[in-house]
Amino acid sequence: MRFMELAKRNFKEMYRDPLSLGLAIGLPAGLLLVFQPLGKFGSTWHPTYLAPGIVIFGFAMLTFSSGMILAKDRESALLSRLLTAPLRANDFISAYSLPYIPVAIIQIVVVFGIGALLGLEIAGNAGLVFLVLFIMSIGYIGLGMILGAFFTEKQVPIVWIAVNLLTIFGGAWFPLEIMGGVIKSTMDALPFAHSLYAARDVMLGGVGFSDIAIDFYWVLGYTIVFFALGVFLFRRRMVE
Amino acid sequence: MTESTRGNGFAIQTFSISREFGDLVAVNSIDLSIKEGELFSMLGPNGAGKTTVIKMLCCLLRPSSGTATIMGHDIQKDPIAVKKMIDISPQETAIAEHLNAWENLSLMGGIHGFEKEGVKKRSEELLELMGLTNRAKDQVRKYSGGMKRRLSIAMALVSDPQVLFLDEPTLGLDPQSRRSIWEHIAELKGKKTIVLTTHYLEEADALADRIAIIDEGKIVALGTPRELKDSITDMQVMVVKAKNLTSDAIEGLREIYPEVKEIEDGIEIKAKEVNFSAVVDYLRPKGVEIESTSQKQITLDDVFLQLTGKELRE
Repeated sequence: MRFMELAKRNFKEMYRDPLSLGLAIGLPAGLLLVFQPLGKFGSTWHPTYLAPGIVIFGFAMLTFSSGMILAKDRESALLSRLLTAPLRANDFISAYSLPYIPVAIIQIVVVFGIGALLGLEIAGNAGLVFLVLFIMSIGYIGLGMILGAFFTEKQVPIVWIAVNLLTIFGGAWFPLEIMGGVIKSTMDALPFAHSLYAARDVMLGGVGFSDIAIDFYWVLGYTIVFFALGVFLFRRRMVE
Repeated sequence: MTESTRGNGFAIQTFSISREFGDLVAVNSIDLSIKEGELFSMLGPNGAGKTTVIKMLCCLLRPSSGTATIMGHDIQKDPIAVKKMIDISPQETAIAEHLNAWENLSLMGGIHGFEKEGVKKRSEELLELMGLTNRAKDQVRKYSGGMKRRLSIAMALVSDPQVLFLDEPTLGLDPQSRRSIWEHIAELKGKKTIVLTTHYLEEADALADRIAIIDEGKIVALGTPRELKDSITDMQVMVVKAKNLTSDAIEGLREIYPEVKEIEDGIEIKAKEVNFSAVVDYLRPKGVEIESTSQKQITLDDVFLQLTGKELRE
């Protein structure tokens, strides 16, 4: 488990940058509080509907942070040095991803905790909601690995805006149905909307796993693909 | 067969190793055999290909052709085995800025698979050796350039590698820090195989068992510092310290000795044979006040100049 030493370093690097950590956790929670008064304008502004979208918006920030730290290190002499250690590409990707998993869990707990105080209700199994969102969070971190392994430190923020747009148009802020046409088809092909469909179906409709199985595996499949692609791209960068 | 004998007494062997970047041939078919425990220096100006060789040996760059072995392991076929044997202090200071010195050393020891206790003990020794013990708990972004460089070298040593690459370890440091790092490197001589790249002649001269002079991706000379200097003993260097040296006088001398270099308060004349009295007799009637004349010892700079036609620090 040599990569755990590098994961520890990345964890320290992250929590010694309190601004980005505070934003990743505080911003989604803050948004839920800001939107709370809008609940009277319709059910799509109710915390039960909003919470999954907001927490996914928070995950997109993990894409940014994890992608940035990898891209930054890749351009520095430090990663050259680390690459001379007997670690493989999957060790590196694991070491750069792991520190963000606790943050994703905290994001889910904080948003849903505040949501509960504001009237959020889960009709179905709360554990299932957590599982879907948790896997989606790993997918977003995997996306960060792709960004960090492929793009430069300057390019990552630009590409991340595109990831954010996918999150917004993926139904995080408003129902995907109102978009229609090409946008809806595109979003249906990607995993972000599926995680929201699954979470909302369990929260609002009280459905069980079998009813969200397609959405669940869609999200899980993409998460695996994101990580596999991240490892593939990083491996290509290990030896020039 | 133990790991240390796998290389048949050679820690590093390169076999016509080359690397091209587009049309540029950065390393051109280099063959090297470096013995275990040897301190081997690669000397050459910026862009000569030294760092490219090091990067290939550290499995960071793929050779365009040829290959190399480290302790018997092929750098292309078995990079993980190679990486277990080596460590590097890269040319740029490579440290994690938000960690303290302890944490940086622990990171390097850990990723090389060392036990926590072993890393702690070794880190204590290295911090002491590099004079960083008092600041070991400060985040390294607060360190001076010299301290960062010393830590960067310590990080290469914490894994106790059999083969250590030091790429321009003293580049950009003040003379005092440079000397201190030389002392630390000298202490490692014989204990590890060290490959040191530098463009400081004094560094290679003082530390290396053998030197390869590299220019435009090729080895142009290889030997001990003494052997390299002896290889051009058929050359004399006369140093004339004088006042009122006019350009006319210098140009006149250049017609006899093409290699006349202006130095502070005088000139340096290089030739296979310099007739000292003839030089003095030529300069005096031109109003030049000669203060002293002397014969200069041949340096590696002279060797480099003769072999490549260039100054090392160009």
